[in-house]
Amino acid sequence: MDLYLPIANLSVNAAVIVLLGLGVGLLSGMFGVGGGFLTTPLLIFYGIPPTVAAASAASQVTGASVSGVFAHFRRGGVDVRMGMVLVVGGILGSLAGAGLFALLQASGQIDTVIGIVYVLMLGSIGGLMLTEAIQALRAEKGYRPKPRRRRHHPLVAALPLRWRFYRSGLYISPLAPLLLGFATGILTVLLGVGGGFVLVPAMLYLLGMSVQVVVGTSLFQILFVTAAATLVHATTTKAVDIVLAALLLLGSVMGAQIGARFASQTKPEHLRLALALIVLAVGARMLLGLAWRPDEIYSVELQ
Amino acid sequence: MRRLLAVLALPLLGAEKPLLVPDVSQREVEIVYSFTGAELLLFGAILYPEGRVPGRGEKPAEIVVVVEGPLQPVLVREKAKIAGIWVNAHRMRYRSVPSFYALASSKPIRSLVDERTRAIYEFGTDSLQLSPASGAQPDEQARFDRGLVDLRRRAGLYYEAPDAVEISQGVLYRARVHIPARVPVGRYTAETFLIRDGRVLAAAVRPIEIRKSGFERFVASAAQRHALAYGLVAVTLSVGFGWAAGALWRKR
Repeated sequence: MDLYLPIANLSVNAAVIVLLGLGVGLLSGMFGVGGGFLTTPLLIFYGIPPTVAAASAASQVTGASVSGVFAHFRRGGVDVRMGMVLVVGGILGSLAGAGLFALLQASGQIDTVIGIVYVLMLGSIGGLMLTEAIQALRAEKGYRPKPRRRRHHPLVAALPLRWRFYRSGLYISPLAPLLLGFATGILTVLLGVGGGFVLVPAMLYLLGMSVQVVVGTSLFQILFVTAAATLVHATTTKAVDIVLAALLLLGSVMGAQIGARFASQTKPEHLRLALALIVLAVGARMLLGLAWRPDEIYSVELQ
Repeated sequence: MRRLLAVLALPLLGAEKPLLVPDVSQREVEIVYSFTGAELLLFGAILYPEGRVPGRGEKPAEIVVVVEGPLQPVLVREKAKIAGIWVNAHRMRYRSVPSFYALASSKPIRSLVDERTRAIYEFGTDSLQLSPASGAQPDEQARFDRGLVDLRRRAGLYYEAPDAVEISQGVLYRARVHIPARVPVGRYTAETFLIRDGRVLAAAVRPIEIRKSGFERFVASAAQRHALAYGLVAVTLSVGFGWAAGALWRKR
């Protein structure tokens, strides 16, 4: 069924977009990530203008994280204090991101920057997940990696002003999560991603947060920061396509629920391996456009 | 419009000059949720002086129809490989570029008129007069022109449809022009030209208005005028969707 998108100014096959949302939602339900890192590039491949894709993907991540946040709240898996610090950082970051977005757009380098950041992000995360999945598969066959001691990074310990975060079991400077939130806020506005992929490993390995609250707190931050990013896009780039967002949401919230049930039945190592390969494939496709030959040499921008 | 002025400037041919009576199937095209493009039917009659239709021995009259979208100022960027990656390196600003251009004719345009006439009347995607805002070397401008036209041609925004005009009995003509879904809204013009023996004898223009309507119009104007409220609605929508799905599945 063809549907006209009023902001993107083109008509798309609604079923394709819903299926795309469903697929991404499935992944987000299984792994607890927003999935924005896949939505934006896939929308761009489909022919949606990059700005509209990034702006509308953020709202899909909001929808996908809502039910997760509720579930983790009931279980007491959210460190609200830590979450608030991250959210404040994230909102500041999304405002800074909007400035950066406008600057890059004016100089014409926005698509190159989006491409480079994506390649770096997807490449490193995909590589990390791949090695982790392979390690986990080997662990099944008797090999045990040595357990990692939970400890925050020395750089974090060097920051002044310390707060106590009881749920996370930490006594650290709030500047560390603030900066972390700031960085993910920039990513959210630039790329339309929630940043969970960056946030979760950083919370574990940089801040040294307790594992029980990591996913819940990161979802909490993602929920508020993607909502803020949607508002920032709506007021600055005016590129949020509500019809596109609704189609994506329709698919992804269903997918997230199915994925959450699916995850408990399937071997997580295999799923993670598959996700790692998908992430690397998307990254490689973007790298191809940057390094070998772009799809288009010329681009037209309305003045 | 430039083309019309050129016609008016033609030396008057007096009673010898035939007349065009054109019309369009739709004066207004409304973009609604199901819009996937529009099929315009442009038709009309050729009135010859004293009703004398050219006979077998004489050269027949041919029809060219040009549908043009609103003119827009654009910035064209060109990528180049710098330090191993492709980045936007060069750019060219244009003051007015048609957002849509379709040329339908009863015969391939190159067999109807010579190059000079094509340039005057902007017949053909390679004869568009794109007006750069900044002074540039002719060869550089030509390169950007080609890039721009090629991009729009592949997007279906610029095209030529030879043989898309049918002329019956030498008097009635009709042409079908497809307008794709990606076109911008605004005032379009459909210009019809009567060509005989390599010369443009008559021209007539009809406006066509393309606009968003209903929900699409509401959304587009809300996004522009009430940006904050629009953003809040988008956020509420996504939270609502997520919450509803969670609630629905928990019940089962």
